Parts: sequence; C-alpha cells; structure tokens
Amino acid sequence: MSEVNLLSTDVEDDLRSAVRDLLTDRCDPTAVTAVYDGDRSVVGGLWGALATELGLAGLLVSEERGGAGASAREAAVVLEELGRAVAPVPFLTSAVIATTVLLGSDSELLRALASGERTAALAVPLSTAPGSALPLVRADADGRLTGTVTSVAGALEAHVLLVPASTGDGVSVYAVPATEAALTPVVSLDMTRQLTDVRFDGATGQPVLADAEPAVQRALAAGAALLASEQVGVAQWCLDTTITYLKERRQFGRIVGGFQALKHRLADLFTDVEQASVAARYAAATLAAGDPDAEIAAAVAQAYCSDVAVRAAEEALQLHGGIGMTWEHPVHLYLKRAKADQIALGTAGGHRARLAGLVDLPPPGSAPANRQGDRS
Amino acid sequence: MSDPSTVREELRRRIADFLAAHDPATTERSAFLRARYDAGLAWVFFPEGHGGLGLPRALQPEVDRLFESAGAPDNNREVNGIGLGMAAPTILAFGTEEQKRRFLRPLWTGEEVWCQLFSEPGAGSDLAAVATRAVRQGETWVVNGQKVWTSVAHNARFAILVARTNPDVPKHAGLTYFLCDMTDPGVDVRPLRQITGEAEFNEVFLTDVRIPDTHRLGAEGEGWKVATATLNNERVAIGDAAAPREGGMVGVVARTWREHPERRTAELHDRLLRLWVDAEVARLTGQRLRQKLALGQPGPAGSTMKLTFARLNQQLSGLELELLGEDGLRYSDWTMVRPERVDFTGRDAGYRYLRAKGNSIEGGTSEILRTIVAERVLGLPAEPRVDKDIPWKELQK
Ligand SMILES: Cc1cc2nc3c(=O)[nH]c(=O)nc-3n(C[C@H](O)[C@H](O)[C@H](O)COP(=O)(O)OP(=O)(O)OC[C@H]3O[C@@H](n4cnc5c(N)ncnc54)[C@H](O)[C@@H]3O)c2cc1C
Repeated sequence: MSEVNLLSTDVEDDLRSAVRDLLTDRCDPTAVTAVYDGDRSVVGGLWGALATELGLAGLLVSEERGGAGASAREAAVVLEELGRAVAPVPFLTSAVIATTVLLGSDSELLRALASGERTAALAVPLSTAPGSALPLVRADADGRLTGTVTSVAGALEAHVLLVPASTGDGVSVYAVPATEAALTPVVSLDMTRQLTDVRFDGATGQPVLADAEPAVQRALAAGAALLASEQVGVAQWCLDTTITYLKERRQFGRIVGGFQALKHRLADLFTDVEQASVAARYAAATLAAGDPDAEIAAAVAQAYCSDVAVRAAEEALQLHGGIGMTWEHPVHLYLKRAKADQIALGTAGGHRARLAGLVDLPPPGSAPANRQGDRS
Repeated sequence: MSDPSTVREELRRRIADFLAAHDPATTERSAFLRARYDAGLAWVFFPEGHGGLGLPRALQPEVDRLFESAGAPDNNREVNGIGLGMAAPTILAFGTEEQKRRFLRPLWTGEEVWCQLFSEPGAGSDLAAVATRAVRQGETWVVNGQKVWTSVAHNARFAILVARTNPDVPKHAGLTYFLCDMTDPGVDVRPLRQITGEAEFNEVFLTDVRIPDTHRLGAEGEGWKVATATLNNERVAIGDAAAPREGGMVGVVARTWREHPERRTAELHDRLLRLWVDAEVARLTGQRLRQKLALGQPGPAGSTMKLTFARLNQQLSGLELELLGEDGLRYSDWTMVRPERVDFTGRDAGYRYLRAKGNSIEGGTSEILRTIVAERVLGLPAEPRVDKDIPWKELQK
C-alpha cells in the first residue's frame, strides 16, 4: 500500500474557495427549500454557473476531449462543497457518473458534457450499488428501447439519458434524448436530488458503448467513492452549524454549549467527521491514482461516511431543539440528503458486505476462501 | 369492593348494564359519551362524579376494550392527547370542584380539545424562564406574550398555560398556571411548518388575553409545581401507550420486513432483531411502570420510558428506510397541511422517520430527561445553577 497524499493541495484549496464563494452567492437555503414545494428555479442558473463559469462539468474529462483534465481528487473537493450547501445540481449524476461511463467511448457526447452544454444521467435507480445487477431496458435491432427504470437521479436536469440496455448479445449503453422518454417526477425524500421514473416506449437511442457492463460498473464505483465526499460536506455543515448555535443559545442562564453533556457529544461528532473526511479523501486519492487499493478505499469510505452524515444531521436536529424540527431552519434539508445518500449507490451495510469479500473476512457459513498468492 | 375479582366482576356488570341501556348502534355519539362519563365509566380511576369510580388504574384497559368491542364511539383520543394525557390529570390534582365540573367532562368526551401553551422562543428546556406576563386586574388576568411549538393549537378550545405573574422573585417562584380560552380575541394562532411538510405545531401570540381568576389552576406563584405535574404526566403519556407485543413502530417495521423478503440482508436482520428485543423489553418495562402508576401519581421514573420510546422510534424508522432501499427514497407528499391528528406510526416510512425526530424533543428533550433521571432518580449532585436565586427580571435574557 503506497502512502497517498491525504492533505489538500493549493490547487484544491483554490478550487474549494471558488466553489464555496459561488454557492454562497447563488445557493441560498430559502431557494433550496423551495424545491420541496415544486419551485426549482434555483437549479438551472446554479448548475449553469458551476458547470460552465467554473468549468466543473468537465473536471474528469481530459483536455484533449474538451475537459479540465483534473481528477477524482478535485471532484471530491467539489462534492464536499456541494454537500455543504445541499446544492440541488446534477454534478454527481452528470459530471461524475454519466461522464465516467463515457470516458472509454469515442462518443462526441462526452465533449458536450465536458463543456456543460449538455447534461446527462445514467438510467439506473439511485439505490443501485456498484457490483449489483443492472435493471435492463430492451433494445431491438433498430436501437428502439422498451422498458421502465424507476427512481433515476439527475434525469430531470438531463438532456440525454444514458441507458444500459440488453441487445440480445450483451449490454450496450444507448444515448437517448430525454424528450424521447416518458419522465414522471417522483416525490422524493430528498427533493434536492429529485428522482424520476423513466419509461421507454420504443424510444430511439444512439448506441454509444458496446460491452458496456464494466464501464457502467466503473461509473457506479466512482460515484460511490465520491459520494463519500458529499456526505462529508453534509456532515461538516451539520457540525459547524450546531457548534455555532450552541455557542449562542442560552438556557438556564448559561450558554447551552457549556453543558458538558453537549460538549462531549460535539467532541465525539467532530472526531467522526474528521475521520470521515480522511476516509473520503483516501477513496478519492486512490481513485484518482488508479491505485490498487481504490476498491477497498471506496467500500470503507461508503461504509463509514454514509452513517456519519446521517448521525451528524440527526445530532444537528436534536441539538437545535424545537427549531430543528421546523421547515424554516435548513437542518432538515441536510437530514433528508444524508438519509437519501445513505441508500444511494448502496447502503453502509451493503458496502460492508462488499468489503468483507475484498479483505477476506467472509461471512459465517461461506466456503473458505480459495486464496492463492500472498499467503501460500 | 375490596376483593379484586369481585371489583372486576362488578365493573363488567356495570358496563354490560350501561351498554344495554345505551345501544352504541342507535345512541347519538356525544350523548353516548356524556352518558358514559356520567356513569363513571370514562376513566374509572378518576373519582366518582368526575367520570370515574375511584377504581385502580390497572382496570382501565379492560374497560376501554369492552367498550371498543361493543362498537362504542371513541372520545377523539388521537386529537385530544394533550387534553387527556396532560390537562386532565393536572386539573384533577390541582383544580377546584367547580373547575373539575366545568372542564373534565367535555375534555373527556372530546368536545373540547386542549393544547399546551408552555414553550416560548426563550424558554424551552428552561421552562421556568417563560416571559409571558399575566397581570392581575381585579378578578381577571391580562396576558401578553408569545408561545411556540404549540401542537394542535389550531384545533384547540382550551389551553394549559404557564405565565409569569411576579418578575421580582426568582424564576421558579413567579409562575402561575392558567386554563386559557383559545377563542379569546387576543389569541392569534399561526401555523409553523414542520420538517414533514405539515404544520402540526403553531406559534401563538397572546395580546391582552383576558383570563378570569376562576381559571387559575393552583395558587398564584405555584405554577412551577403544577407544570411539573403536567410534564410528568406528559412524559408518561408520550412514552407509555399500553401496547401489545409488536405494537407501535416495531410492528410497522416488522411488517415491512415480512412483506419484503427480497430486501432482507443478514446485517439488517441482526439490527432488526436487536431493536425488536429492545422494544419488547421496553413494553414490559411499561407494563411494570403502569402497575406502579396504579398506586400513585407518575414520578420522574416515567422519563426513562420516554427516553427509550424516542430512541426506538428513531432507530426503527431509520432502519425501515434502509430496508426499503429504493422505495425509501420516495416520500408521500410535502404539501403543507394542518393535520387533525398526529400519528407517529402513520403515513409513509419517510414521514415516520422525520416525525420520530421530534420524539426526543417534545415533552422535554432526551438530554433534559437524562439529567432528571440522574439527579432526581439516582440522586447525583445537581448541575451548578447560576440563575436559581436571582429575581427573574435581573436575569440575562
Ligand atoms: C414536535 C414538537 C411538538 C411540541 N409541542 C409542544 C406543545 O404542544 N407545547 C409546548 O409548550 N411545547 C411543545 N414543544 C416544545 C418542546 O417542549 C421544546 O422544543 C423542548 O422543550 C426544547 O426546547 P427548545 O426547543 O427551546 O430547545 P433548547 O432548550 O434551546 O435546547 C437546545 C438543545 O440543547 C439541549 N440542552 C438544553 N439544556 C441542556 C442542559 N442543561 N444539558 C444538556 N443539554 C441541554 C437540548 O436538549 C437541545 O438538544 C414541541 C416540540 C416539538 C419538537
């Protein structure tokens, strides 16, 4: 195991402050809350600014293909900031997952995604864990697609859907204009990443990738690895906001944060959030470097960070008291995002089960591992 | 009526006679409920003349069961939880005969719903810090202030209210407890939306609200003592609904488990069973607590039930969403409505998860309850109190 850099570089720090500044200006919690009541007016402008003004849409795409030629490390920084603002933008779904699907294809669509001119979504349920079976739409010989995929994230914002479909001999990915599909928006637990049920009734798609199963799995794995950074951002906001509040709120003639019971709670939470941020960073760094430990790192990061984010949001709500239960206070946005993220791309339990196989800790009742190599 | 089995038999006979004289199928709803109250068969552990027969509290579940199985109308229990669980025992303990006669009957029948005007923006955990002022003018009190997080105020006819009547003494000593008419023109109820999308609670602005002195509960300056009795009852009411095995949230999640074999994993299974065991033990603890309660007023020990109830509701509803996986990402409806009733285990899994977050805040937060258990049950030294002996008006707000 090589030692990867777990600190952030100057370039990463600059990127972080650029994203944070833009979000401070354009991602007001009131506007984000409005998406729950169907007012999505914040989404388009915000995503446009992030994707094109800051050039984040093409972060993972090489310069030759119109991108920024950056890596998963930078994408992780962006996701942390987006999590911190519960920004309702399709960065994870388009600029990470859909883009990663296309990295190995020669499709021109990749260039359009990189420039931010177009936005795409991979047509699988948001809950799909890397390594699990894909729900497949059927493609006939003329590239006409039939079938339904439920709970797709990022489809509402997408111009193009990337649809894994069975062709009779294997899985291909087809690019389908969103207008060709029947989209039914879903009332979602996390409306800042609203889901859509997608139906194809003979929609025509462009095949963009044959034998696509490995590319799709790679994209889901990258998504899961980087989702951990978003979860860290969510947790960080919850921790920071709670600390600030408990330094001001008075009850019993005292600053509430001065009660030792709460100090200990916050110290524990701080410890967890710090550790989560390391786990997420390690996952991003190994992914960026193509390090052989990347798969373990991603499973560890997901297994750790998704529960920390939920706990941080739950603690934030609890420690705000009554105000934490209100629509007015943004903490609920974070709770809903954290809980949905816990299910997205596999639950913590699912990632632990995957890890069990990767580190040779098989569950009870399974056959002894047939290990050749290191210990033989 | 000393032999328990004779008491039980006698009670069953009374109920049978009552049902024979008042056929639930043909008797009008409120006429039936009023008659049941007058027959002492409402809450049999209340005194005669106030809806009861002065019997042990332990007999009540059977009474309710017998009426329910006879198809008797229910008394709006879900809508009037605060009235039944908190206002009524407090009125019974501290009210004058006249107050008991005026308020208990329509409270029990559900004709008059009650809410709780305790918390304020500056006085939540520290309830004794309430700033709402009540000033005496002859035989009336004039009340001004703001209350917050008031559940079901939009449906309530009356409220239990804690207000400051003397700012010149330390905070616990200057409070008085009132029964407030919510139809007074000075009462302004504004919806406050909750994380579930609904507005279950409210802000209540009180401007020159006039309360007759006859609606004062307990002595002037005794508000803290009366409020503590209410809170002890509240914590029992929230944490201790008598339930069968797999009642409440654990039953909901168990059903989801049984209905979704395709979602089962070893990890979720282990977590579910741990919580199932916790819920079963909590149920038994509740049973024992009720047996103790039958012998007297609830004490601080009820706080432990509420602590467990909140934790279990939260962990179980959180687990259910993970178990549901993709379906757990969906929600029923974010539309802002003002609900008639609050049902912790109702609606969809997402709602249950979000609503359960309130269980460790409403009726005293879990942090405050732990302090109560540590100090009042275990006798550990109290937290240093900087504000106990200073006149309220001199405290830093
Ligand atoms: C769903 C819901 C319904 C409600 N319904 C009603 C109602 O009908 N009527 C009514 O009067 N009120 C109602 N409440 C209000 C509730 O009683 C208060 O919210 C609660 O007492 C906490 O007060 P607060 O919100 O001011 O929080 P604060 O008291 O400000 O507490 C903030 C945080 O600090 C913690 N804390 C405070 N003091 C200490 C300490 N000494 N040691 C350790 N931790 C501490 C708290 O536990 C909490 O986590 C309701 C609340 C909710 C959420």
